[in-house]
Amino acid sequence: MRKGPGTVTAMRGITEMEIGLAHYLTVGAILLVLGVFGIFLNRKNVIVILMSIELILLSVNLNFVAFSSWLNDLNGQVFAMFVLTVAAAEAAIGLAIVVIYFRNRGSIEVEDISTLKG
Amino acid sequence: MIAALAFYLFAAILIASAVMVVTARNPVHSVLFLILAFFNAAALFLIAGAEFLAMILVIVYVGAVAVLFLFVVMMLDIDFARLREGFQRYAPFGAVIGGILFLELVLVFGSWSFADQASSLRLSPNPGADVTNAEALGRILYTDYVYPFQAAGLILLVAMIGAIVLTHRDRPGTRRQDVAAQVARSGSISLEKVPLGAGIRALGIRRPPEPEAETKVAEGTGHGHGHEGHH
Repeated sequence: MRKGPGTVTAMRGITEMEIGLAHYLTVGAILLVLGVFGIFLNRKNVIVILMSIELILLSVNLNFVAFSSWLNDLNGQVFAMFVLTVAAAEAAIGLAIVVIYFRNRGSIEVEDISTLKG
Repeated sequence: MIAALAFYLFAAILIASAVMVVTARNPVHSVLFLILAFFNAAALFLIAGAEFLAMILVIVYVGAVAVLFLFVVMMLDIDFARLREGFQRYAPFGAVIGGILFLELVLVFGSWSFADQASSLRLSPNPGADVTNAEALGRILYTDYVYPFQAAGLILLVAMIGAIVLTHRDRPGTRRQDVAAQVARSGSISLEKVPLGAGIRALGIRRPPEPEAETKVAEGTGHGHGHEGHH
């Protein structure tokens, strides 16, 4: 395992054990791949696609927090907080769009959403 | 040792619940597994030392966003069986894309390392164990990052207004209070002086005039209407 520059003063949970940056990055990568896989798998259900986007953003946050902890720099946590904010706004707007789409068309199948195709 | 075991446990549950989010048959189960995934991600944040973000994740995500998902899933009357069509058809395609993405990520992580001067390039180093994580975050969030912080609040405001505007609908036929009409109303309220001690038997029950007969009554009785009524 590579030794980061902040290893000596790294946070409590990381210094004493062999859990390092690579573990967190692996978990984040698996989460991101699962989110992308979910978007392809649930082609018809917009709500599950939104949940997959939440998974992707969660993996991004996990990476931010891991780097922040490893480098002992708080900027990563601040930025993860902004990512959380934008993700919450995105979820609210996306679900509102889903609700009005279902109210107008009676279905939320993605393949039906082609009104803007021209 | 405990930390490593906890990390592996929480990471395993996180990934398993993420798999279930993606592949569950019922979207309600998907939302519940998403909540489980958020809890385990919060535990991973705790292990990494980000206590404040872990609490934010539990409170904001589990408490608000996931419950919002749950409301929407349960509110919409969706035919779940039809949504499952084409599941097998898309699975290999998605697996190929995901596998390629994962391989690329592994290659990136394998050939990457910190720069030598990375520790000297830190913008806001952690002040150490004498300051709690929340306080350390607050110190830089309200000073260095005050403008992004305000912008984040503005984003949330715009999202709130947007969601209300999108989902609000005017139903025809509902009766709403119209304050301007109430304030501007005149002529139909009458104050009159009734003889004292006469009782209801002598006076009869006074009723407000019918809306169509209003103008006639107003002409007939004269006083007690209009501007004399209010003071």
